[in-house]
Amino acid sequence: MLQIPCPHCGNRNQEEFAYERSVESVVRIDDAPDVAMTALFSRANLRGEDHEIWSHMCGQWLRLTRDRMTHAISAVVPL
Amino acid sequence: MGAGRYSALGLLRGALGGHQHWGRAWRAGSPNGPYDVVLIGGGGHGLATAYYLAKEHGIKRIAVLEKAYIGGGNTGRNTTIVRSNYRQPQLQRLLEYSLKLWHGLSDELNYNVMFSPRGALFLGHSDADMARLAERGDALIAMGIDADLIDRDAVAKLAPLLDMGRDARWPIEGGLIQRRGGTARHDAVAWGYARAADNLGVDIIENCEVTGFLREGNRVTGVTTTRGDIAAGRTGICVAGNSGTVAGMAGLKLPIEAHTLQAWVTEPVKPMVDTVIMSQSLHCYFSQSDKGGMVGGGDPDFFPSYAQRGAPVRLEDSISQAIALMPALSRLRMVRSWAGVTDMSFDGSPIIGETPLDGLYLNGGWCYGGFKATPGSGKLYAHLLATGTSHPIAAPFDLARFAAGRTIDEVGAGPMPQNR
Repeated sequence: MLQIPCPHCGNRNQEEFAYERSVESVVRIDDAPDVAMTALFSRANLRGEDHEIWSHMCGQWLRLTRDRMTHAISAVVPL
Repeated sequence: MGAGRYSALGLLRGALGGHQHWGRAWRAGSPNGPYDVVLIGGGGHGLATAYYLAKEHGIKRIAVLEKAYIGGGNTGRNTTIVRSNYRQPQLQRLLEYSLKLWHGLSDELNYNVMFSPRGALFLGHSDADMARLAERGDALIAMGIDADLIDRDAVAKLAPLLDMGRDARWPIEGGLIQRRGGTARHDAVAWGYARAADNLGVDIIENCEVTGFLREGNRVTGVTTTRGDIAAGRTGICVAGNSGTVAGMAGLKLPIEAHTLQAWVTEPVKPMVDTVIMSQSLHCYFSQSDKGGMVGGGDPDFFPSYAQRGAPVRLEDSISQAIALMPALSRLRMVRSWAGVTDMSFDGSPIIGETPLDGLYLNGGWCYGGFKATPGSGKLYAHLLATGTSHPIAAPFDLARFAAGRTIDEVGAGPMPQNR
């Protein structure tokens, strides 16, 4: 189980969080269609550190830098 | 090779001689390129592909490269369920093609894969569930695939240990059964295909990890490995779970995210369930192995991970559901739980097709349902690698479908693997 540091609540159990998507898949409102398609439908899917967006049940959204092999969380940025 | 053709007579001879005459079932291969086709990944799908390439297409020089030992990844980690009762017609055709191959597989390979068509039962827990199952059954029958909608009494007769009480946590109203579905011995599938492929001259090279691709412009001409460079006419990726990593070595980004899926097994007991019990409303499934252990699983972990271990909370979910459905399970001790890395594709369906690079092909994105497709996937991928064009059954599963808007989305979750 992960313990994820919520910027608002502090360390909380993973079960209180939902993984939303990887940062590279965020589509901006004025993105060209091909850019949006690429963002939605392709992933680096790294066997290592990647950047992800999660949400906490308190309402706080956060950007995690997390290693997908070891689960180590190296950075948390509130969104 | 090895002990030659396996037969009852051979077993008898072994019994008289203390079983001393059994040789290796396949050679320990070493890189000996160039090859016509190099397959990356020595799981069930890769070995099956090699076998059908040699047998059906007469390709002479084939190598299967495996970074560890064959069948050590998802082939040996699944819950061994085989069925073809999907909802989307493209998936129905694909899985039914595979199911037909399962029914003759032990004879085909001269290797007992212990395929046991014991029936695969979806439970219905409400009127809405039963309406959904009836609709699926009709769709299957229209496609020529067997499906029986059965009532509550028939379910109770089929699996008497299910909690059929009206006050059960998840009351059971009936079910939809595919009687030709069932289970198979997962390891034996890898070993059987390996032995049969080896007999046809395929080099199965273990402890050989691919580290990159040899390129000439836009063409892939082979692979670099921990055991040297290997030249190939065509190269096939077949590493579901790690498709992103291997395709990444060629600079490709796929519509795939790696997620963890767990499974569990109890101590072996006398026969207590002789069919596969599944609930799609809950997402829990279990069956009894031929050894007697109850094997089950549930949802993936809902976030990306390459670690072959999962979160206890998901394990608890599937076990609590299984116990609620069949209370007698609570008396059994769990002896093991484990996890595999699944290639979660962005429409929930596999990808079998060419890549943007010439000479490089992809078979992956099997989500949590690859084992049942092993024979069909191998045969269809072999067709693609031998001819350069997709078989009509595999054609809808090309990589280009995502950009073209032709996704085959069984649950309609879109590019969000954690919602599948």
